[in-house]
Amino acid sequence: MDRDPDTRLAEYAHPDRLVTTQWLADHLGSPGLVVLESDEDVLLYETGHIPGAVKIDWFTELNDPVTRDYLDGAGFAALMAAKGVSRDDTVVIYGDKSNWWAAYALWVFTLFGHPDVRLLDGGRAAWAAEGRPMTTQAATPEPTGYPVVERDDAPVRAFKDDVLAHLGDPAKRPLVDVRSPQEYTGERTHMPDYPQEGALRGGHVPGAVSVPWARAAAEDGRFRTRAELEAIYQGEQNLAPDADVIAYCRIGERSSHTWFVLTHLLGFEHVRNYDGSWTEWGNAVRVPIATGAAPGSVTGR
Amino acid sequence: MTDAALPGALAEIVADFQAMPERQRLELLLEFSHDLPPLPERLAADHDALEPVAECQSPLFLIVEVDDPARPDTPVHLHFEAPAEAPTTRGFASILHAGLDGLPADAVLAVPDDVPQRLGLTAAVSPLRLSGMAGMLFRIKRQVRQKTAGAGA
Repeated sequence: MDRDPDTRLAEYAHPDRLVTTQWLADHLGSPGLVVLESDEDVLLYETGHIPGAVKIDWFTELNDPVTRDYLDGAGFAALMAAKGVSRDDTVVIYGDKSNWWAAYALWVFTLFGHPDVRLLDGGRAAWAAEGRPMTTQAATPEPTGYPVVERDDAPVRAFKDDVLAHLGDPAKRPLVDVRSPQEYTGERTHMPDYPQEGALRGGHVPGAVSVPWARAAAEDGRFRTRAELEAIYQGEQNLAPDADVIAYCRIGERSSHTWFVLTHLLGFEHVRNYDGSWTEWGNAVRVPIATGAAPGSVTGR
Repeated sequence: MTDAALPGALAEIVADFQAMPERQRLELLLEFSHDLPPLPERLAADHDALEPVAECQSPLFLIVEVDDPARPDTPVHLHFEAPAEAPTTRGFASILHAGLDGLPADAVLAVPDDVPQRLGLTAAVSPLRLSGMAGMLFRIKRQVRQKTAGAGA
């Protein structure tokens, strides 16, 4: 489908990766368009969703049920077929929490190279705030045929060994930690009886800069303007658009949002998401860790 | 899974979940989310008294009140606050409210910690999301323990 010609989107590097609520309202029900809702909350879709939108769940559907990995090509093909998605469809994904989980789903679609997948700018909250129609009627998509396309991880996904090889040259190979400042410094919330967190060690990967993911979202859940985003990532953090960037968080969901911002809104050429993130790094034996507010370095930590 | 007994109301809720196929368990959880009582006004006015539950992915606050701190079997009252945009979290809170509110303190403290796992929701909801419910139960029991600390138990 044609891209949303809205002038607000035109300033971004890849304006074909976003649609406005008005564009979606105008195109709902068009052949060749599938709308997917991807939320943190597994029941939110059931309380009301955009008419015709199909639910997709990041945990129960996009993850492999046994191995810590995503679906394989056959699994993704079967999932897409069941959701009524064809390979040449335009897929628009939206969700709760400033599209945090929608961006995660979009990133997984990218692993399989689905050609046309976009985010609804502002997500579920923007649609609801404008008083646009919602329904509790679950969509019943017509099953399609979707080809088995093997996952291609290398361009957008980083593994622990990639991060280890990445250390030591923050100018050419920056790391971006998108978690909260408390997670970055390694500070613990010490409360009596506080259940164990998912990682044995606190802190960050040495050399990583701290840019909490939500800084890229405006109050209404939409992405900040290109100028505002450039001021954060390029101005304040000195990240170069041609640098080899790896972003991480706790399990790779929040960093999908930052991956989307850097890749599709700012046009960075090589950004990967480390989905192992802190729940892998903070449990791994003998990997270097820096604590405190400074990025630190591998040798001088 | 342990065999430790659950209080009657909670045992019934667990049995209701277990009797259903997995998809319908989510629908039942959604029904519970609608039934979570609102926070009483006197508590809403003093929001700092509420304890945030960090394990939940969405903001959830809770507070436990006891009628008579000197009695180990004093009735316990539970109050929760969670936004409408967090139906899963509200559903978990509502199950605990329906299953534990009004019970004696010692009965609440005896509730086994694996209640969230007994609902049969792990595959449909994910362990990460279920940990929010475990966090609520943990904090409820800790508050009960603190608030009856002088009861000589």
